[in-house]
Amino acid sequence: MSSPVVHAHHAPQGFIRKWIFSLDHKVIGIQYYFLALFSVLIGMSLSLLMRYHMVHPDAKVAWFAKLWPTAAQGGIMTPELYLSLMTMHGTIMVFFVLTTAPQSGFGNYFLPIQIGAEDMAFPVLNMMSFWTTFLALVVMVAAFFVQGGPPLSGWTGYPPLSAIGPLAGPGEGLGQTLWIVSIAIFCGASLMGAINFIATLIDLRCQGMSLMRLPLTCWTWFVTAILGLLGFAVLLAAGVLLVLDRSAGTSFFVPGGLLVSDQILSHKGGSPLLWQHLFWFFGHPEVYIAILPGMGVTSQILSTFSRKPIFGYRAMVYAILSIGFLGFMVWGHHMFMSGMSPYSAMAFSVLTMAIGVPSAIKTFNWIGTLWGGKIHFTTAMMFALGFVSLFVTGGLSGIFLGQPALDLYFHDTYFVVGHFHMIMGVAAIFGMFAGTFYWFPKMFGRMMNETLGKIHFYITFLGVYCIFTPMHYLGIAGNPRRYSDFTNFDFLGKLLPVHSFMTQAAYGTAAIQILFFINLFWSMKYGKKAPMNPWNATTLEWTVPSPPPFDNFGGQHPVVNHGPYEYSVPGAPRDFIMQTDPVDVHAE
Amino acid sequence: MPSSITSDIIKPPSPPRGGGGGGGGSDGWGASRRASMTGLMVLLAATTMAFAAFTSAFVVRRGISNDWVALPLPRIVWANTAVLLASSLLLELARHSLKSGRRSAFNRYWTAGTVLGALFLLGQALAWRELNTAGIFVATNPSSSFFYLLTAAHGLHILGGLTALAYVDVQALRLRLGPGKRTAVDVSAMFWHFVDGLWLFLMVLFLVWG
Repeated sequence: MSSPVVHAHHAPQGFIRKWIFSLDHKVIGIQYYFLALFSVLIGMSLSLLMRYHMVHPDAKVAWFAKLWPTAAQGGIMTPELYLSLMTMHGTIMVFFVLTTAPQSGFGNYFLPIQIGAEDMAFPVLNMMSFWTTFLALVVMVAAFFVQGGPPLSGWTGYPPLSAIGPLAGPGEGLGQTLWIVSIAIFCGASLMGAINFIATLIDLRCQGMSLMRLPLTCWTWFVTAILGLLGFAVLLAAGVLLVLDRSAGTSFFVPGGLLVSDQILSHKGGSPLLWQHLFWFFGHPEVYIAILPGMGVTSQILSTFSRKPIFGYRAMVYAILSIGFLGFMVWGHHMFMSGMSPYSAMAFSVLTMAIGVPSAIKTFNWIGTLWGGKIHFTTAMMFALGFVSLFVTGGLSGIFLGQPALDLYFHDTYFVVGHFHMIMGVAAIFGMFAGTFYWFPKMFGRMMNETLGKIHFYITFLGVYCIFTPMHYLGIAGNPRRYSDFTNFDFLGKLLPVHSFMTQAAYGTAAIQILFFINLFWSMKYGKKAPMNPWNATTLEWTVPSPPPFDNFGGQHPVVNHGPYEYSVPGAPRDFIMQTDPVDVHAE
Repeated sequence: MPSSITSDIIKPPSPPRGGGGGGGGSDGWGASRRASMTGLMVLLAATTMAFAAFTSAFVVRRGISNDWVALPLPRIVWANTAVLLASSLLLELARHSLKSGRRSAFNRYWTAGTVLGALFLLGQALAWRELNTAGIFVATNPSSSFFYLLTAAHGLHILGGLTALAYVDVQALRLRLGPGKRTAVDVSAMFWHFVDGLWLFLMVLFLVWG
């Protein structure tokens, strides 16, 4: 059946095979992207409810009572309800937004095109991976609708709270079970995705696409896939142990003699710290799973719109690899307060500081790329610059938290919340915005509106700093995280105006996202038609029509002759050399 | 729709070309076979990580408390181990036969290997029953919790491997084992050897630490 003539593969015609159970990596990428968009709406709504409650803990809201007849009797949110909203906010954002859009969304769409392949290595596995993720989301959201509601134990699911069932509180029954099952399904989906990404990148690169000619986006998707592969396998194993503790009466994580709600539990001998080690062995690499693809997109965009080669390409590749490698050795810095030996803490601390080196290399190279460039301030470029800003801000507070002595003070305060929202949350989201504005023309064949995009950027950029910078101050002032009500503590009551300011900022920032959604959907239908290469960029996705045909290259096999970022090369006819341009382009 | 994941590799239509730059070149069966092998290695890495997590939990849980009671291993697991090793050996004999073109010998060896694999699973179920009759259940002691957990997790991998072996066997018996399916032969055999090795590791874990 493999005939020697070059021919284009034909796309399936039926709606279901084409758009629902599609094997095309581009459709699957878009499916992932919209799954993440849907999830981010849920996650954002939950955060607004939390911010409202923190400022108005005693407010009686009629529709709260309608939504949660037991958890918000009379319209007043209980602390348990607050915790369940917090748990679902964290879980949905981390797994279904930050893990899904940058890697599975953009990665699925652009990794095969950027390496010159027709599709992923295993298209059926790819489809299964998306629908398994979808199932995981359905199971997770189902926790809202069961008796007791969603779990209270945070996105980290610490036992004993998560391990002893309904006795521990509302939501710790079926809600927590659904949570673990959903996470386990998600782990399976991520493993399938990781297998596909790794095999595709290693084996399906086109002729001439050597490792050192890969766009940095591909490097970040590749390393992220490895992190996901090793991390999610461990989380899956830990989840199985947790399920057994909950439903089979085992004692992996639950210690003996535990008195809960006036009952002595029958478990004995387990260790909650064992869960923390297993969880954070996954949990820390998860931070890089969220942020690495954003770094790749940022590198790609900064180089394109500075019209300059990326500064220190090889250094960037080695920095990505060492961030991935070191990411697996620092999980203990989440557990400085767990009573670990000071020597272990010191080792974890030194390794944590070591991650600052590749991170600084990346930041330095981004600035080096910008230096002396002919900068085009497109919306994609603005968001990429915003990413660098947020990455630096969030990274600097990480240096404080990486010190065991300082972490004793900052642990479980808003300082931590500010830190991880800046670097893992908002920076990664900015990477997604940057990717959206950069690749939208390729994905949907039309341009997004730049004016709306820039208004959206400026207000969002200002907004997120207004929300998350004061959190550092609150943390230093001793404001604990996870509390639902600050009014009963004298020293916290004085901080309420700060909370109030952050809540207002959150409302404004959330509201302006409507502009993004309008821009996204309006441009899909009415945007200006996109040419093949609107940004005069160099990588392979810009050599094919917008949107690309079913098999990406119309049956042709691209041959790569150049590195990914050859901008403003002296002697070249244009200010960019595409990767597929002939070797002797300089001579023309 | 393709019936197995490994047969579903995209197959670029062009004949193999001379390698140009350092890129892999997604051409012909070579790329699809390489991708299957890479996919298998990556899958094995994930499995290794999951069992590494179980193992570290096992060692830590045993070390931190004084409630661990050594589990009397059911005698039948020794027989099961022998059966599993024999099945791996038969699969290798089968692959050897296929290489030298003896198709009927391949069919015999491969079928026998698959049957022994199923027998192993049956033996593991009997081991569980033996423990049950002795009053040892999942929650009886951490040692038994881990025994049931690890044998179950390993059993699931055996089940997955058996599905692949059976798929190859059916293809072979129906004379449909063309050159393109050789990858399926190699991938399923390698996966089987891996779960075989994994079982030996678990036996060592049970004997030394259990």
